[in-house]
Amino acid sequence: MRDDNFREMDLNKPKRNIKLAIMSNQYIPNPKEAESIHILREVAAQFEKPVLLFSGGKDSITLVRLAQKAFYPARIPFPLLHIDTGHNFPETIAFRDQLVEELGLELIVRNVQDSIDQGKVTEERGRYASRNTLQTTTLLDAIEEFKFDACIGGARRDEEKARAKERVFSVRDDFGQWDEKNQRPELFDMLNGRIHQGQNVRVFPISNWTELDVWEYIKNEQIKIPSIYFAHKREVFFRDGMVWTANQHVYRDHSEEVVERMVRFRTVGDMTCTAAVLSEADTLEAVVEEIRQSTISERGARIDDKRSEAAMEKRKKVGYF
Amino acid sequence: MTENRKLIKIATAGSVDDGKSTLIGRLLYDTGSLTTDKLEAIERNSKQKGYDYLDFSLATDGLVAEREQGITIDVAHIYFNTDKTNFIVADTPGHVEYTRNMVTGASTSQVAIILIDARKGVIEQTYRHFFISNLLRLSHVVVAVNKMDLVDYDEEVYLKIRSDFEALVEKSDFSADQITFIPISALKGENVSQKSEMMSWYVGNTLLDHLEVLEPSDLQESSTARFPVQFVIRPKTEAYHDFRGFAGKVYGGNLKKGDLITVLPSFTESKIKSIHFFENEIEEAIAGSAVTITLENEVNVSRGDMIVRSSELPKSEKSIIATICQVNNKPLRVGDKYTLQHGVNSVLAKVDQIQAKIHTDFSGEEAVDQLRLNDIGKVTFKLSKPIHFDPYLQNKSTGSFILIDEGSFDTVSVGFID
Repeated sequence: MRDDNFREMDLNKPKRNIKLAIMSNQYIPNPKEAESIHILREVAAQFEKPVLLFSGGKDSITLVRLAQKAFYPARIPFPLLHIDTGHNFPETIAFRDQLVEELGLELIVRNVQDSIDQGKVTEERGRYASRNTLQTTTLLDAIEEFKFDACIGGARRDEEKARAKERVFSVRDDFGQWDEKNQRPELFDMLNGRIHQGQNVRVFPISNWTELDVWEYIKNEQIKIPSIYFAHKREVFFRDGMVWTANQHVYRDHSEEVVERMVRFRTVGDMTCTAAVLSEADTLEAVVEEIRQSTISERGARIDDKRSEAAMEKRKKVGYF
Repeated sequence: MTENRKLIKIATAGSVDDGKSTLIGRLLYDTGSLTTDKLEAIERNSKQKGYDYLDFSLATDGLVAEREQGITIDVAHIYFNTDKTNFIVADTPGHVEYTRNMVTGASTSQVAIILIDARKGVIEQTYRHFFISNLLRLSHVVVAVNKMDLVDYDEEVYLKIRSDFEALVEKSDFSADQITFIPISALKGENVSQKSEMMSWYVGNTLLDHLEVLEPSDLQESSTARFPVQFVIRPKTEAYHDFRGFAGKVYGGNLKKGDLITVLPSFTESKIKSIHFFENEIEEAIAGSAVTITLENEVNVSRGDMIVRSSELPKSEKSIIATICQVNNKPLRVGDKYTLQHGVNSVLAKVDQIQAKIHTDFSGEEAVDQLRLNDIGKVTFKLSKPIHFDPYLQNKSTGSFILIDEGSFDTVSVGFID
């Protein structure tokens, strides 16, 4: 069988199972995967209009695989929503469209450019200009437009300190705001998705996964991911000890010299806030090994968090995903 | 996915200033889980505060408000791993008023680490933390006697604390082999992952070694199989035209193809026709699997129903007695009505009687007319429909529930059924 979780019993498991394992090719559940599937099924059962927030990054791609598993052989019972900053890597967009095509998924795209054109948000200027924070307005508008009551996201508690206290079902008010002092306690695996009109819930099925868990899962499941996660030649420049993509969307001084390097990305966000790492890892095996050895945390390559120590927490309070 | 690393979930408990955050930070540091940029942030912050050591507590104290107060105020989840084991730590605060948080953290954990400040010994907070570990029937408790560096690594101090705590164990349902004592200094890293040379009198494992050899046998593993139906899967496609699968997680024991089963609440009998996990059909689903089951006959099954082996029926009652922990500001009173969420099933519940409030310091109980936030008490409920359950002692999943307020929709209580 192709699933890596299906294998003959190994001897480290409790003895009482060994007899059964010889009789049948037993499926050993991966506890984190089972937890995520349980959460996704609760979303489908408890909410009227859930949506999966899809960025084209590895975490949301993993969510798609988990959702496939949760509802197989039925199709995934909710659409994907992509908030497109217009500054995405073209590889990510191509990958997104191919995935949606292959799996027969419903995709909704809403553009930050439209929010800018409507005068709802103002484009940032200068050296650290990014559309990352502008996404919030476009997202909240989309939630209102489609009356989504649950938005499924790929955030993980290990990403950042403020995320460590996030609930699996995180209730947001009409303004999308997160009140960290007034969160519902989550006991055992019981999820309370009851909400009032106007409220919605952000759902984080892979809350308990680490970056390494995600990468190992992608490797074991042989999940396709965008090519920019693998080492490739790219025009880059160096600033603040980080490797930036040289591109018309990314502000660059004349003094900042463009060079060609072998790089890959550890997260795939907006071009303006996602730094690359120098790497030769061009296979999943090599990437997983590199992550295992790695000493720079994933969000260290996210320029938006560098703005201040409490950057993430402040963004979450105003409805950022 | 994690190369067969086992998963151990730990709840940590201690009073303010017991050094809990420092201990977790130290575990992260010693297992190489602190990345360069996090370590740099810790160095920078420690320097700003004028410390001559690394303040590892900064690795875990998440929110701005907490950093300002210098204390943690909610449950935070922290992850680290060794070659053999994945760990999830639910870090819960130790204030008197935060019983709620420890109950929450302990509900998803198998092991509790209770921290004791060697200078202060067993205090009221220790009683409470141990009480909750006992109430939730955790598999193991590690008593970490911390700050041994501040008592000159004195064995006498450790032994006194140990014997004080053992008196407490006598009053609990734990057996002695479920409790492990380790003298440590989280700040100096003594007996955390490195065997302490300062405490050569201690012959046991370091904390990390001990956590790695644990095999938390959750209570549910040894009990009977329960399959609450979360979602009915009907693909309505050419290939799966008549497919009607029941999706859920298996709790307690294993379910096999061919098992004679009963669907609750209808008490309809059938047989398991097939068990599916994604594209694979499997013979047997072991506890913890999230699978999809089909039945031989066309049985009417919907969300909230439960599939069990016909020879292992659970209890079915319209009136239950449970130990309640109040987790919301709104007090629980006789006559109050709530939605009782039992796994994925919901019924209406009315508080029939509050038998007693139970003191969390093992000192007995008292009669009260309401249970307030952080109170623990014995309560009887009348239900609109019967629920199908096992006592919490036999199955944590079918033996627990939450109460949801019909006005705010908040989770106000958690209950453990007698």
